[in-house]
Amino acid sequence: MAPNISPLIIFIASIFTSNMILNNFLGMCSYLSVSTEYKTATGLGMAVTLVLVLTTAINWPIYTYLIVPSNLFYLQYIIFIMVIAATVQILEMGMDRYTPDLHAKLGIFLPLITVNCAILGVILFMVIRNYSFVQALLFSFGSGLGWWLAINMLAAIREKLATTKLPPGVKGPALAFIVTGIMAMAFIGFSGIFTIQ
Amino acid sequence: MNFSVILTTVGILAAVSAGLSVIISVADAVLNNYGTCQLDINNGEKLLSVKGGSSLLSLLASEKIFIPSACGGKATCGLCKVGVLEGGGPLLLTEEPYISLEERKQHIRLSCQVKVKTDMKLRIPEELFNIKEFLCELVEVEDMTYDIKRLRLKLPAGESIKFKAGQFVQFYSKPYGKVREEAFRAYSISSKASETDHLELLIRLVPNGIVTTYVHTALQVGDTVRLSGPYGDFYLRGDCEELVMIAGGSGLAPIRSLVYDVIEKGLPHKMRFFFGANTMRDLYYMEEFTQIERDYPQFKFIPCLARPAPEDNWQGVTGFVTVALEEQVADSVSKEAYLCGSPGMLDACIKILKTKGFTDETIFYDKF
Repeated sequence: MAPNISPLIIFIASIFTSNMILNNFLGMCSYLSVSTEYKTATGLGMAVTLVLVLTTAINWPIYTYLIVPSNLFYLQYIIFIMVIAATVQILEMGMDRYTPDLHAKLGIFLPLITVNCAILGVILFMVIRNYSFVQALLFSFGSGLGWWLAINMLAAIREKLATTKLPPGVKGPALAFIVTGIMAMAFIGFSGIFTIQ
Repeated sequence: MNFSVILTTVGILAAVSAGLSVIISVADAVLNNYGTCQLDINNGEKLLSVKGGSSLLSLLASEKIFIPSACGGKATCGLCKVGVLEGGGPLLLTEEPYISLEERKQHIRLSCQVKVKTDMKLRIPEELFNIKEFLCELVEVEDMTYDIKRLRLKLPAGESIKFKAGQFVQFYSKPYGKVREEAFRAYSISSKASETDHLELLIRLVPNGIVTTYVHTALQVGDTVRLSGPYGDFYLRGDCEELVMIAGGSGLAPIRSLVYDVIEKGLPHKMRFFFGANTMRDLYYMEEFTQIERDYPQFKFIPCLARPAPEDNWQGVTGFVTVALEEQVADSVSKEAYLCGSPGMLDACIKILKTKGFTDETIFYDKF
């Protein structure tokens, strides 16, 4: 049975109170490595959001109509990952063909995203929490926006830091971790609104 | 029971992967099919018809035009630059770090990132057409020192290589022993540029080096060796009266080629060749260079031994090359310096050359 929470609340909660990065610390590798420039970070955030919604929309029916009826729970991880990889591959080819401008902005990130843990994470949360299709869609969309928000915030801060005099010990990823930690603490402030986990 | 679980698992996984691969293959055939595209290189100098859908780098390679690339198409080395005048689409974020503002004006792109989707107009430097792949036969191996071998390679009948003295080739090793994969490394050509049907390389055994170990232990006379080249911008500029040449170990290779080039072309440049080694057993080609010194007064050979043994009875310069350089090169007036050797030695020499007035424009080097 799907939980009795309004999809809209799930949507907002997944952006702020259960942010993929700042609350669950998922998708950290690309978050740290592609956050040195605001423009690039925007591209990656957009691509993550797009892929999240798309793969969730495809994996939900696969889970509900294939994995659950045939009792294939022990294979769900492999199946999810294969579906994600195939979807991303086809999405990239399609974008390259029909929207070359968009592909120039987002396409290069798509192979990176295939192995992003936030993507699999959202799908596994969807399974654990028994979301309905609409809930899952809004959850994935919200999680994508949350991830996008977090990487954009970090990128904006890191662009400022790039021109700041820093002690050598904290330069680069070290300070990115510290900044992320402080941002995560700030996001705890949102948890009073409502929680979904 | 267990058996049937394994069977169903394998069956289901196979079915899912097969299903997905069918979908991907269909998508690839439909979405990635750009038909035949025309590549116009250097304003109609070369016209190629290729099947679109892959990267420019790989399509050019399949047409035997080899753009230098070290990373193999991952946009991390930034070497595979070509001019794309038409049909390349917008500059990608992956390329931005490698393409300067000046290059952007000239429509320079990384060929590994540009996908061929339509007819294109390209501009490729003339010398890159020269780069070819050769399947050579190893005809001679000689131990020059305890850790340096000289390889003499014969090009396939009817083929020739045109290179500028000082340039290098890429040498591909085959899988051997525990090494399962092919690997390639760059080696300078040590033979004369006038000899176009043979090549010689000097290869020093690097401890744990994949390719050098292959050369020193697995490779036999008569074997076939795959090479591509020539590459590199380490060649004679000659806009001066005197050439200061400095080499250590197998760095002698390109210098030998350069010296012969100057002599054979009858160029007037004075040459001073500082060759650094540790002990007597690291020296090689001594007789040959002493002979050149006797025959051509314009050439001076200065071998330097850092740690000669007492029984060697060493008459030449004792100490690092830098010592000889300090003493024997007075200033940089009308001189160019050509260096090839280990980074440590090169950096030390460049430092000294700069105190004597040499600049980045008059120092040329090949670090390895």
